[in-house]
Amino acid sequence: MNNRVVSEKPQAVYFYGTCLVDLFYPQAGISAIELLRREGVSVIYPQSQTCCGQPAWNSGYRDEALAVARAQLALFPRPIPVIIPSASCAGMMKVHYPALFRGQSDEATALNVAGRVYELTAFLVDVLDMRLTDLGDPVSVVVHTSCSARRELGVGDKLHTLLRQLRNVEILEPENSAECCGFGGTFAIKQPEISAAMTREKAATVRATGAQRLVSQDCGCLMNIGGAMEKQNQAMPGQHIAELLWERTKK
Amino acid sequence: MTTDFRSNVAQALKQDAVQTHFRTVVDRLRAHRQAALAGDAAFEQLRNRCAAIRADAIRRLPQLLEQFESKAQRNGIQVHWAETTLQANRIVLDIMQRHRATFLVKGKSMVSEEMGVNAFLQSHGIDCLETDLGEFIVQLAGEKPAHIIVPAIHKNRREIAHLMHGHFSELPYSEDIETLAQSARHFMRDKFHAASVGLTGVNFMVAETGTLCLVENEGNGRMCSTVPPVHIAVTGIEKVIARLDDLPPLLNLLTRSATGQPITAYVNMINSPRRPDDKDGPDEVHLILLDNGRSRIAGDPELLKTLHCIRCGACINHCPVYRQIGGHAYGTVIPGPIGAILEPQKQGLDAATGELPQASTLCGACAEVCPVRIPIPAIINRLRWESVRKNQQSQNSRPVVPGAGSRRRPLEAAIWKIWAWCCSHPGIYNRLTKLATRLRNRLPAGMGAWTVARKAPKPARSTLHESLRTMDIDHE
Amino acid sequence: MNDARKAILDRLRLSQYPDSTPVKCDDQNDPVDPVLWPDERIDCFINRMRAVRTEVHDASHDSWLDILHGVCQARSLNNLLVSPHTRRGAMIYAAARRFPALKNYSQSIEDWKSELFTAVDAAVTSAYGGIAETGTVILWPDAREPRTLSLVPPIHIVLLEKNRIYNNLAEAMRIQNWAMIGMPSNVILLSGPSKSADIEQTMTYGVHGPKELIVILM
Repeated sequence: MNNRVVSEKPQAVYFYGTCLVDLFYPQAGISAIELLRREGVSVIYPQSQTCCGQPAWNSGYRDEALAVARAQLALFPRPIPVIIPSASCAGMMKVHYPALFRGQSDEATALNVAGRVYELTAFLVDVLDMRLTDLGDPVSVVVHTSCSARRELGVGDKLHTLLRQLRNVEILEPENSAECCGFGGTFAIKQPEISAAMTREKAATVRATGAQRLVSQDCGCLMNIGGAMEKQNQAMPGQHIAELLWERTKK
Repeated sequence: MTTDFRSNVAQALKQDAVQTHFRTVVDRLRAHRQAALAGDAAFEQLRNRCAAIRADAIRRLPQLLEQFESKAQRNGIQVHWAETTLQANRIVLDIMQRHRATFLVKGKSMVSEEMGVNAFLQSHGIDCLETDLGEFIVQLAGEKPAHIIVPAIHKNRREIAHLMHGHFSELPYSEDIETLAQSARHFMRDKFHAASVGLTGVNFMVAETGTLCLVENEGNGRMCSTVPPVHIAVTGIEKVIARLDDLPPLLNLLTRSATGQPITAYVNMINSPRRPDDKDGPDEVHLILLDNGRSRIAGDPELLKTLHCIRCGACINHCPVYRQIGGHAYGTVIPGPIGAILEPQKQGLDAATGELPQASTLCGACAEVCPVRIPIPAIINRLRWESVRKNQQSQNSRPVVPGAGSRRRPLEAAIWKIWAWCCSHPGIYNRLTKLATRLRNRLPAGMGAWTVARKAPKPARSTLHESLRTMDIDHE
Repeated sequence: MNDARKAILDRLRLSQYPDSTPVKCDDQNDPVDPVLWPDERIDCFINRMRAVRTEVHDASHDSWLDILHGVCQARSLNNLLVSPHTRRGAMIYAAARRFPALKNYSQSIEDWKSELFTAVDAAVTSAYGGIAETGTVILWPDAREPRTLSLVPPIHIVLLEKNRIYNNLAEAMRIQNWAMIGMPSNVILLSGPSKSADIEQTMTYGVHGPKELIVILM
């Protein structure tokens, strides 16, 4: 998918952290903002942001999803990109807002915002053409590409484009890498047995790579796979890609 | 809440050996498809074309069905219509009785499974013999197919060897696949020879020529449709396509998507019963067109895409949920993602199968491989909404999906309402998230379903909102 | 069942969307499949057919009878089911003493079903055409070469003229004009012997139809 809506590097962008990053992975958000600013892009963080509405949308509660999504629409009045450090939430805004707002009075606004949404790694690669110099010690990382990045947005390879620039990072792929990790939002609660079976298998393939760290562009997957490995007392540190990039390239 | 589906799933996940075998076979099917598509630059265009062919056929369904019917009748094929599976079964029974047939040889047909024709005829003293090797194995085991293309996918050769030996004690026990298949051939030949009626499914009906197209590898479909004096074909009304020219691209995608074959061993195009000069072929060819909810599904512009399906099974092979739980856990004729959207629409969201739209992580693998681009995740999302939507005001308009709203639970609905209120009031949201960070070390370690397989996540020391307030950025 | 017919069609007509735009499914703008030179086409056909366990003999108008003779001898066939009424069938009958006992499908299947099922070693048919892309033989059964010839005997031998090999199915249909000329009761596309992968996704041959498919090109 061609995510490009601006061809020139914008002076400023909105940053939409997502509720998961807000509460559980703030360092991923901070790192993403640092990376953007280092590229000379000023970052606006609307403090009134909460959640994109995806959990309700995927559970069939469309009225509730709409109420929450509507509260986000007003946060991005300027015609500048909206950067989201999660393919899942970016997919919600980019792909599903148009469906959610169809026929609503604010449909035009929703379409406008959807058109400006970028998943973080896609923005760093496609728009900023970010160059990185690795300052870190040698490390091996196993990559989990989220389903939203891989299939919904078609930006699964951007993470690799970034990682490959880090010469001390060995990139490993788990077996059956395209398989979903089994999170699926409320799926994990509604069908816990299937979710657990999928997650265990994913955790096992991730572990089998022998990598030192797990990296993904989506914190939902990290929370799921990482949580499973912890439960099995075989924890592997999980990191959002932004955090890894910032940690290894900051001066 | 423990439901039928969840107890099926629990059962399936307990059988380690079956599950491991399942994964292996599913992975093999995926690899076959992958190999068959590698290097085909025109593949996406082919998909576009096939998606358009199916969309066009469903858009013009009534016209094409009438055109097909008149062509087929002119060719001598007897066309029957059935609104329900019961009607379809009665038509079969009527034909069988008219010919005083005591048993039926069957080619593989998912519509016949949908009809439950075996059990129906059995109750009228007529035996059905499944002749497809996989279906035959499943029938010997007294089970249902676990896959639409590979019915006995859940059985390994040892189980099959025991089954065959158990039923045909004169056969020496063997786990050799070749030997097993030859035993089945030997047993079935006499049946084809003796049968007076054969029944098959249909892959495509061509409106332009009145042709029935059947795709298979074993030759049992040809046997059933060629050797007995009467051939009954059963199919869903959605299987029609407009032109003969539409057939090559669909065949090309169907077989490659299903098993990675460029084409099946046999593509069987039936145009008429035996003609005066012919020396073989059935004297009568009957086609039963089954509705069973399909015309209702065609009434919704989004849901009708469900009817575009050409039953290749690629979505099933690529579904991570199916890969874990197998076909039987779905409790439906058609399992996997396509089953999870089709069966609830047919049977109603209030039926046991109404839970199937929940059996998905929305990972999108199904839509990625669907040769006719059915947006399965979007339809799953739609059905989840239909499941819990508030009852519509007007009582006189029937819901598009039967059982709409039947899965709305007051507690769950209330939780979502509260959640929505919190998330649309940033002040409240921020107070709650901040509270969670302050209680991070005192939150319970057990979080219900989540912590069955995972540790509970721990909130950060402070939220991103809080952390950023101290950073020099614009908060607007 | 006219009630069912009417009810189904009425329901479908109700759900027609007059506003929905017609979908284009013509192939005019599609990429044209690479058209192979005749030699490449034949090579492609041979390779594809061999890939599905078909024995292919690249013969000529002069050598095909010898090849057929060899095929029969190699398998020690006791008999061969072949029509005397096709051009090539007549040539086989003319050389009858080189071949195993020749049988003719001269009566309706009902009159000799047992023999057909149990006592025929192999059958010969002509082909209506071939398809390079998939390695496929097109059969156009008629009164001389009925449908069960290519289905019931354990060995099926097909005689195919090289100049009737097309690039793909669409091309064969178009050039031979199937939709207009009137097809026989049954058209068969044959790509290899009968097979199944129903047990552990492992391929095995000769499940219900012929165990062996032999194609002689000329």
